[in-house]
Amino acid sequence: MSNGSSEYALQMVHIEKYFGLVCALKDINIQVGRNEIVGLIGDNGAGKSTFVKILTGVHRPTSGELYVAGRKVDLRTYSVRRAHGYGIETVYQDKSLGEKQVLWRNFFIGRQITLPFGFINVKKEKAVAQEIMMNTIGFRGRGITVDSKVNKLSGGERQGVAIGRAMHFEAELIVLDEPTVALSLKEVNKVINFVHKIKEGGKACVYISHSIADVYEVSDRFIIMDRGEIVGDIKKEDTSLKDLDAFLLEYSHGLRDQKE
Amino acid sequence: MTQLRTLIRFLSRIEGLAVAGVLALLYVVFITTSPEVFLKPRIYTSFMQTISPQLILALGLTFVITAGEIDLSFPAVVALAGFVFVWSYQNFDMWWGPWAGLALAMLVGAGVGYINGVLVAIIGVPSIMATLAAQFFWYGVTVLVADGKSIALTGIREEPIYDLFVGRIHGILPDQRGVPVGIPTQAVWALGLTILLWLILNRHKFGEAVMFIGDNANVARVMGINVEATKIRLFMMMGVIAAFAGVLLTLDINVFFPTQGEGYLLPVMAAVFIGGTSFAGGVGIIVGTFFGAYIIGSLEAGVVASGISGYWVQLVKGIVMGASVVINILIGQGRMAAFNERMRHWGLPIGGPSIAAPPPTDSPT
Repeated sequence: MSNGSSEYALQMVHIEKYFGLVCALKDINIQVGRNEIVGLIGDNGAGKSTFVKILTGVHRPTSGELYVAGRKVDLRTYSVRRAHGYGIETVYQDKSLGEKQVLWRNFFIGRQITLPFGFINVKKEKAVAQEIMMNTIGFRGRGITVDSKVNKLSGGERQGVAIGRAMHFEAELIVLDEPTVALSLKEVNKVINFVHKIKEGGKACVYISHSIADVYEVSDRFIIMDRGEIVGDIKKEDTSLKDLDAFLLEYSHGLRDQKE
Repeated sequence: MTQLRTLIRFLSRIEGLAVAGVLALLYVVFITTSPEVFLKPRIYTSFMQTISPQLILALGLTFVITAGEIDLSFPAVVALAGFVFVWSYQNFDMWWGPWAGLALAMLVGAGVGYINGVLVAIIGVPSIMATLAAQFFWYGVTVLVADGKSIALTGIREEPIYDLFVGRIHGILPDQRGVPVGIPTQAVWALGLTILLWLILNRHKFGEAVMFIGDNANVARVMGINVEATKIRLFMMMGVIAAFAGVLLTLDINVFFPTQGEGYLLPVMAAVFIGGTSFAGGVGIIVGTFFGAYIIGSLEAGVVASGISGYWVQLVKGIVMGASVVINILIGQGRMAAFNERMRHWGLPIGGPSIAAPPPTDSPT
């Protein structure tokens, strides 16, 4: 899938998106390293959703270029299904798993391991799903097996399954779209642990959130968006949670505008 | 205690066990009340004959309901397919006439299903409305093309197609006072279809797509399933199955009549729901449908044979249906799987409650 020549999992060059005359994204330039976790932070209306939708093929940008692992994405034919082919896997807030279905089906839905005539190789799928559960995402205990139904899992565990699935399919880039919005604090911690596994697994990740607290611990770098523009691109070692918080607060209160 | 739990875990893997239990119980009651009828094989071969078309329809409908849709048009397809078959049989006066009739009937069924599928998946008409309209329309078409008349299939009993689909298999059941009792072949076809459709639902990509679409079409879509194409194929499959059932029925009773299949809608739906398939979609239980169809189909004859007045038939049907559905819900979506979980709820403490999924709203920008 990857040609290995690029040092970046993702590059966005001059991406712009207009809805009619309204500019939703303005001159977005982003690079994400091959094993880098980038926290993309922004308040409501910052353009995070538009960003995700362009990245995952839901919307087409008005202009600009997109590269995944050095491969240029043909934006005219880009779609949700093509995104998988390029190696972009997305974990959504709520629509990643079929709740009444067993875990092993959820790992392989849309990409089944098949026998002739389209029949599913259940034995193999279960074995691989078991492997992902135990080794890739480190699911332990609580009586959850590959035969468990998703609605038996907690919210955090569900996101763990979705992340594990993304890692198994050799994603170049895993996009986490507000994966913790509806979760309790305890479950948020579980998700954070799963994100650590992405780093350990050598993958790249864009973690989109409106809350700095969620992304701070796991991210290597922070990109801050405000009203369709990137207003900050800060490495973790150059900042602290407190500074970052203050920076964000300035934007959310419009203080920056007043200063200038 | 451990042994009990192992036993329950073992039983929980058996699909449709509860419904099978209801059917067994029903037959025990029938045997007790009228042993002279229910201890002889004839009543059972009669069941196999009359229930098979309904069972075949119910198998197809199980798929449709699993996908979270409904098809009310299948009774009309039963009629239309019957006409197409008879027409072909009469007009192609060759050995291949009836075979062409079967093929044409199934083609017409697929066509009706395709139109249903396009209305539902592409145009976005709710399936209950689209297929209700389709039912009226295709019955109307059938009455028009048949000129409102019944048509007898003279000479069909001599054709090999008759033996293949609705003949009798002798030599398995014992003779009754010198009269051989044969197993109706349509029961074998229905059983074969049950196995095939179980495999397709539970072991094939198509079945998995159907389950995920019924569960959550958005998830199915982002995971790369072509939701629209799958739904169209689903309705086409239902159309073909309904056409096959229609041809079986016409062959079996040796006559086509333009209102045939009209009484099937509710019993067939009842069979699916008794079997434990959830109206909410996402879960389909083929084995349950199999036993459900036999429960529904056996009730009338059984109640009458028991010597109770025929006036009681509807009431008993209602009780058995209600009880089956309640049992299914109590033990969890028609499977014993949740029963084990429930045992733990009653007895042992289990982990914290799982967090309900958030409502499907778009995340704020």
